[in-house]
Amino acid sequence: MTLALVAALPFLGALMPALFPRLGRGPLTLLTASFTALALILVARDIPAVMSGQAPTYAQDWLPALGLSFTLRLDGLALLFALLILGIGLLILTYARFYLCEKDAFAPFLTYLMLFQGAMLGIVLSDNILLLLIFWELTSLSSFLLIGFWKHLPEGRQGARMALAVTGTGGLAMIAGMLILSQIAGSSQISVILTKTAEIQASPLYLPALILILLGAFTKSAQFPFHFWLPQAMAAPTPVSAYLHSATMVKAGIFLMARLWPVLSGTPEWFWLVAGAGLITMLIGAKVAFFQHDLKGLLAYSTVSHLGLITFLLGLGSKAAAIAAVFHIVNHATFKAALFMAAGIVDHEAGTRDIRRLGGLRRLMPVTFALVLIASLSMAGVPPLNGFLSKEMMLEEAAHVSPWVIGLLATLGAGLSVAYSLRLIAHVFLGPDRADYPHPPHDPGPGLWLPPALLVVLVVLIGLAPMAMTGWIVNASAGAVTGQGGDVHISHWHGLHSPALWMSLAAFGLGLMALSLFPRLLALWEGTPKPQGKRIFAHLIGGSARLSQAITALIHNGAQTRALMIALAVLLAAGTWAFSTAPHLPGTRPPLPSEGLALVGWLVLITASFAILRFHRQRLLALILTSVVGLIVSAAFAYLSAPDLALTQLTVEVVTVLLMMLALNFLPKATPREDPIPRHIRDGAIAALTGLGVGALIYALMTRQMAFPSIAEYHLENAKTLGGGTNVVNVILVDFRGYDTFGEITVMGIAALVIYALIDQLLSPGPANDRLQSLRPHEGDAGDRHPLLFVTVTRALLPLALLTGVFIFLRGHNMPGGGFIAGLVVGIAFLMQYMASGFGWTQSRLRIDHHALIGAGVLIAGLTGAGAWAWGLPFLTSHFGYVTLPPLDKFELATAALFDLGVFLTVLGAVQLAIASIARLGIRSGEGRI
Amino acid sequence: MELYLATAIGLLTAVGTYLLLRGRSFPVILGLTLISYAVNLFIFASGGLRLSAPPILQSGVTTYTDPVPQALVLTAIVISFAMTAVITILALGAWLGAGHDRVDMSEGDEP
Repeated sequence: MTLALVAALPFLGALMPALFPRLGRGPLTLLTASFTALALILVARDIPAVMSGQAPTYAQDWLPALGLSFTLRLDGLALLFALLILGIGLLILTYARFYLCEKDAFAPFLTYLMLFQGAMLGIVLSDNILLLLIFWELTSLSSFLLIGFWKHLPEGRQGARMALAVTGTGGLAMIAGMLILSQIAGSSQISVILTKTAEIQASPLYLPALILILLGAFTKSAQFPFHFWLPQAMAAPTPVSAYLHSATMVKAGIFLMARLWPVLSGTPEWFWLVAGAGLITMLIGAKVAFFQHDLKGLLAYSTVSHLGLITFLLGLGSKAAAIAAVFHIVNHATFKAALFMAAGIVDHEAGTRDIRRLGGLRRLMPVTFALVLIASLSMAGVPPLNGFLSKEMMLEEAAHVSPWVIGLLATLGAGLSVAYSLRLIAHVFLGPDRADYPHPPHDPGPGLWLPPALLVVLVVLIGLAPMAMTGWIVNASAGAVTGQGGDVHISHWHGLHSPALWMSLAAFGLGLMALSLFPRLLALWEGTPKPQGKRIFAHLIGGSARLSQAITALIHNGAQTRALMIALAVLLAAGTWAFSTAPHLPGTRPPLPSEGLALVGWLVLITASFAILRFHRQRLLALILTSVVGLIVSAAFAYLSAPDLALTQLTVEVVTVLLMMLALNFLPKATPREDPIPRHIRDGAIAALTGLGVGALIYALMTRQMAFPSIAEYHLENAKTLGGGTNVVNVILVDFRGYDTFGEITVMGIAALVIYALIDQLLSPGPANDRLQSLRPHEGDAGDRHPLLFVTVTRALLPLALLTGVFIFLRGHNMPGGGFIAGLVVGIAFLMQYMASGFGWTQSRLRIDHHALIGAGVLIAGLTGAGAWAWGLPFLTSHFGYVTLPPLDKFELATAALFDLGVFLTVLGAVQLAIASIARLGIRSGEGRI
Repeated sequence: MELYLATAIGLLTAVGTYLLLRGRSFPVILGLTLISYAVNLFIFASGGLRLSAPPILQSGVTTYTDPVPQALVLTAIVISFAMTAVITILALGAWLGAGHDRVDMSEGDEP
């Protein structure tokens, strides 16, 4: 439980700036940081338990069917990272409070920072692989917000985009790799996966999984060839660089490799991929760092280099190397975060980060100088600082790996590390004082120097007493990585026979030499062409954007006919391919006998269809022919044992034709001949093939038995017992699939409101309204707009139609009928009044608004469904019972009927609103005056 | 019987598709209407045809047609009415607003 609280605390802290927007920066930082501090205390309380080999866990099912559960586990490795994330997080929060200037939006910054902290903490605590992936993506998103925090800077926006694109793409690859891994292991729980080394390494999917996971880890930890995003991300405010890009986020990839080390490492593939990438990254990063003029750029590339070092150590696959890797994670986090913060101080106080414009700061900024001096010497690996210890361990490991060239390259990397560390000290702080700093530099207040100073104290203390300071945590976390702890031994002196000693000395010589030759080397460096990862990335992104634009322009160039044609052609091709690649057997289901009546209906439908084809340019005629087709379709439903469908189709047909006739009143009455003959042929061919395919498919379907038993039996058996009705279709609609129906009536109501809004738009001043007002109603087609006979008959029919509607509604649960059909019938009864007596006459007699009907309908249906909650049942559970009220017969009362009432009201309101809206157009064009 | 229905569905689809590919709004709407008939019949028929066996439970009767496709199609009919109504109004608005009823964008139209 504590662990869940720890994981939640940063997210809760992220809410504080939003909840207390009026707090000043100081109190707000204090409030937010208290969440981090509390989490840190809670984690620290678990240290003894972890040290004794236990791993506190917390488990809560989330989506067990997918293998996703909220499982947290605090082992040694997680403990190390949690302490780093929360501890450095506290320092960064303090530093950021003083670093950001008044103009910056401080509250959102805090929120982003806490979100990131929570995501990062989630990664290291997750014991479920899918949960880990969720947090992993969260770090990508929150770091995007942080890197692009200075939205006004184009570099910030570009850097953020690039970081998101690179780490996001890697994250996607990693999801695939992790899924493969959990598939092989048969579990998504990490602590279970870690026990299946043999199965995983024997699997043929080991290599694909490894490559995909490494893609995720390498992109996140800026390993070659994905290292280019990290220097671009330096456009972020310095607290972000110090936090994300030295201590935490870029270590996520490292963490993942360490986490999965027991199951993935030890194979030649692992060695060459991981150690190889690490070594290359270490060298390239160090070389580029040496020549950087931007202070943060130098630190960024040196970070790339040191991440490469850790990756290299993990890649070696030996236990001692893993211990060295874990130890260097701690050391790098301390000195590099301190250096980043110090670089921020220089930038803040001197007004520039360009090393060429700095120099001689040692007297002007003595405190900062002291901090940078110690941290840089540690980075260079000077004894007795902590960086020396882990570098020594690295060299020792590298010396014992074959081929020997690896040891040589590692020494070269260490030498370059010395070179850029010394250059940082020499070119920024040493040298003559200058008079041309953008700002007169001076040391900042303690708010800015205290956080890095604390880290520098750690650098020294760990360096002096490594076992006392970090032995326990390195032991616990290396134990978690390698599966066996207990023999971590860190010391300064390994004797003269140790190759690391001589390699270290060589590295120092190399570094000093490089620094003394800096001007000449720089000229050489600037003279050589360099592959620009940034430019390659820009080309890739630009190229894929152009490609997708070209494809879009090809398909969606604004011509609907073309887009539809292409879609249909693709569908046809897919259907043909599927058909031609599968075997076919004749159907076994006996066909139904053909009767004369069916033949008559078929002939009418075929004739009407061809007539539509022939006369489709005469729109009114085509509409009437379409309604003939609709009538035959409803007759077919009635003939084929679907009375409910027949009733629905019939009533919908009436409403649809009415609506389209109203629309046609305003639209042109004829379609011009404008398409060239070849287009007719092309469209005709596509249409004929589509029709042929659909017809053949349904013929095949109808003449075959179901491959699986139908779910029809369930519905037929339970309609009466569970739903209390004998009309199974209606019971399905209002009971078994009530939720679908609820959604459907909501859509229907929304559609009617959309129509209302569209018409409203047309009626507001504009070109459409002008055109509408200039339209004159057609005179002479009918002698009288409201013929007396029509008026009289419809008014007489109204009560009868209403009664029919009530009848159909009431019997719906047991006989054909129900809310849908009743709504349509009653709707038509009212529409007849509109038609016969005019819009104005009808509207003025209407007491209930159409909108209100729709709203009431959806509300009644929803409340009926929610009513089930009162009895502790799920949404839309129905209930029914039988009541006897003398002198009536026994009758049934069902909640489903109430739900059906909601359906009825919504359909009634929607139909009327749709048609009445179009009628408003008629009034505007002058028809309603009569 | 199956052959009648299959040919009818095929023909309705073909005529509907042809109209769907026309360049003016009204034929496109008619085409969509015809295609909805065809699709509704298709879904309905996919449950298998049966004569004189409506899914209304009666004592002594054991053979019923499949009610599930019917329930699906019933709501489909109603929803397709709502959608037809919406696109009809859209077509009407486009005609009143732009002064023509072409469905393709012409050169110079704002995308």
